Amino acid sequence: MDETEIKDSIEEFEQSLLKEMNERYILRLYVTGMTPKSIQAVLNIKKICEENLKGRYELEVIDIYQQPVLAKDEQIIAAPTLVKKLPLPLRKLIGDMSDKERILLGLDLKQK
Amino acid sequence: MTKLENNIKPLENLPKCQTGIRGLDEITDGGLPKGRPTLVCGSAGCGKTLLAMEFLVRGAAQYNEPGVFVSFEESSEELVQNVASLGFDLNDLAAQKKMYLDHIRVERSEIEETGEYDLEGLFIRLNHAIDSIGAKRVVLDTIESLYSGLANEGILRAELRRLFRWLKEKGVTAIITGEKGEKMLTRHGLEEYVSDCVILLDNRVEGQITTRRLRIVKYRGSAHGTNEYPFLIDEYGISVLPITSIGLKHDVSNERISSGIPRLDTMLGGEGYYRGSSILISGTAGTGKTSIAATFADATCSRGEKCLYFAFEESASQIMRNMRSIGVDLEPWMKQGLLDIYAVRPTIYGLEMHLVKMYKLVNEFKPKVVIMDPVTNLISIGSETEVKSMLSRLIDFLKASQITALFTNLSHAGGALEQTEFGISSLMDTWLLLRDIEIGGERNRGLYILKSRGMAHSNQIREFLLTGRGIDLIDVYSGPAGVLTGSARYAQEAQDRASELIRKEEIEHRKRELDRRSKALEAQITALRSDLKDAQEEVDKLLQQDKTEEKVLTEDRAEMMRRRKADV
Repeated sequence: MDETEIKDSIEEFEQSLLKEMNERYILRLYVTGMTPKSIQAVLNIKKICEENLKGRYELEVIDIYQQPVLAKDEQIIAAPTLVKKLPLPLRKLIGDMSDKERILLGLDLKQK
Repeated sequence: MTKLENNIKPLENLPKCQTGIRGLDEITDGGLPKGRPTLVCGSAGCGKTLLAMEFLVRGAAQYNEPGVFVSFEESSEELVQNVASLGFDLNDLAAQKKMYLDHIRVERSEIEETGEYDLEGLFIRLNHAIDSIGAKRVVLDTIESLYSGLANEGILRAELRRLFRWLKEKGVTAIITGEKGEKMLTRHGLEEYVSDCVILLDNRVEGQITTRRLRIVKYRGSAHGTNEYPFLIDEYGISVLPITSIGLKHDVSNERISSGIPRLDTMLGGEGYYRGSSILISGTAGTGKTSIAATFADATCSRGEKCLYFAFEESASQIMRNMRSIGVDLEPWMKQGLLDIYAVRPTIYGLEMHLVKMYKLVNEFKPKVVIMDPVTNLISIGSETEVKSMLSRLIDFLKASQITALFTNLSHAGGALEQTEFGISSLMDTWLLLRDIEIGGERNRGLYILKSRGMAHSNQIREFLLTGRGIDLIDVYSGPAGVLTGSARYAQEAQDRASELIRKEEIEHRKRELDRRSKALEAQITALRSDLKDAQEEVDKLLQQDKTEEKVLTEDRAEMMRRRKADV
């Protein structure tokens, strides 16, 4: 491997990193009313988003008691469930969002 | 004491929810427990999904109970397609709001567990589904898929327990399917939670023929059949056998019907078979079993009744050709729709499939007489006990419908004749035995009645002749020389006739001799009589002479006295 090639691949990496930094996150949190787990999940995920995705995320909290049809469309079975609609791939994070490490992994904000 | 008695309420039967699946309601004594979950488990491909689906479709279509089908494996489109081949139109039912399909997909790769959670999402979806159509029936197929999608088994177990309790509270009759596990009934021990009714399905291959079986492992608070019941899936869905009731409750008929052979009717108490009875004809190869069967079919059709003929060895056209040679023409009956020959190789499918096919054909064709020729061939596709159980169910069904059934049974040469292959003789009301009688270098057919329930029947062996005009039964020769048939009988009869002639001539001869002698005696008597007459005449003559002489003598004496002038 000569020098130019190495230079190119470094640039590529930096660019993709930059792109990732600027990518918008569209997140939906499905909860079931005001249960302690729901409240916990909302608080936790807001905190994580503010810390890691400030200014480039959209978080919508949906109560599936109110909109049960959405639960079918979105294939929700567990509650609470956070759906990462964008960026792809689609991923579902279930639980009260207390395991920060796993959330960062699930949102592709951290490599394994 | 009285207080105690007052507290005892009359026992109420467990409310049942009819499945509408043929046979299942009979063995469950009325259906699944109403308002409770039932577990249906079995290995892959044994028909769990179909059973559950039919439960919903029948509920929606026949009992006006809308149903929710929650699939964890197949998508709704796949489901619709899969059951369309069975004549279930799910889209139509869904449009009528009688069916609600939901596909729950759990993809492990998409899911990250980030703390405490519950399955409230599932509950909400179910609740929404049930309420949106007012469902009375719910199917969860196969809920165990959740185990592969979710890692936390502790949560899952607790949530499933809650789910089944919730379903009970909802008052829906549910079927939960589960894949068969290694040691347990289901892979993840669902039977722990669903304990009201457990049905086990099974699909076994024996001798390259598959038989599906169903067993009710448990049914809390209800009587149920405990056997393994074969079931099958055909174009109308599932049917569990027994297709008829298990009891012996059918009415019997006193009506008699002709066998088509007048002499045989005479042997059977003079009137023939009982209507609705079962008749077995056994005999070795070539003894004329099919001919008797075909003659009976012919007689049935000439009475204007329908006859259904199951042929396991010959094709319909072959039977018709062969029977024409003995003067039985079945073709017109076929054309008139009075006769239907259903020819099929036994090995084409399993016993149970045969039974259901027969059941279906009988229900469609509505015959008065059913012939199975020969039943022995069924042994090639099942064990002795299976064939016997299948036949007894068939006979029960036919008897309940007052259909006369005639079976032929091929016995093997060398084996005991008075023994059927699978002990079905005890199921039969009338048993005719055909046998070869070998005498004088030829083989002849003999027929006798081994048994015939409920009638005085002949104990005689008849010689059985196949002529161009049909079947003829004639007396066998039984005399001092033993029982003779065929040419031996002819020979013996000729010999008998000759000796009879000789005897007759002898008598004639002796009669003539006696005649002659009596005539001679009579002549003698006549001669003696004339002698006697002669003798009497002689005596009379002598007496006359004597008188005359005396007179002359007296006259002479007077003359002399006169002449002597003696004193007077």
